[in-house]
Amino acid sequence: MRVLVLYFASLRETLGLAREALDLPEAVATAADLRSHLCARGGVWAQALAEGAAVRVAIDQSLALPATPLHEGAEVAFFPPVTGG
Amino acid sequence: MPVRIQTDDFDLSTEIAALRAGRAGVGAVVSFVGTVRDINQGTGVSSLTLEHYPGMTDKSLEDIVAQAKARWQLDQVLVIHRVGPLQPLDQIVLVAVTSAHRGEAFEACEFVMDWLKTRAPFWKKEATPQGERWVDARESDDAAAARWGRPE
Repeated sequence: MRVLVLYFASLRETLGLAREALDLPEAVATAADLRSHLCARGGVWAQALAEGAAVRVAIDQSLALPATPLHEGAEVAFFPPVTGG
Repeated sequence: MPVRIQTDDFDLSTEIAALRAGRAGVGAVVSFVGTVRDINQGTGVSSLTLEHYPGMTDKSLEDIVAQAKARWQLDQVLVIHRVGPLQPLDQIVLVAVTSAHRGEAFEACEFVMDWLKTRAPFWKKEATPQGERWVDARESDDAAAARWGRPE
């Protein structure tokens, strides 16, 4: 499955990356799976996306839950809790 | 357009005049304007940069407006949110709600702001004497949003 992954705000700065296209292994099926998959890169990835780190995820520009399924061509975004207004 | 994301400033009087124009059934106009403070958590703030997630920002604000209209009897809802570099005293956000009676307009305006603060993908970065820092989300904002219940 191919997805586009976006990173915003402090997360983008920590990871040094704003976006990437990824070919995911079959076992990566949900938002939580993708987060673990990225954590497995180690280093800043493991720290910034660790379980317990305050990270929100959106799929196709809507807030998603850990169990929300991914799909071919999905736009997945990871970002810190929002601070607008 | 009920939702606008822009770098430019806005004028409250102009926006409200447009929102009310020709709508004689409206008896209440409630608006909220958020502005940039020069101090946050005890530290001076010399400027602020607002980042957002283009596309999702519009979508989430439109969803919040739709939720407000489903919950209260409203005539019009307008949300303007600025992005990019801002200075203390600048306006950041406008929420304006019109309805026949004040109760709906007061509640809906507060609801839109509470949900915007916790669901719309904007992030503030402050410039302080100690350097730049990303603003942390506040638990009090989560509590304020939670009192309105879950999305429908």
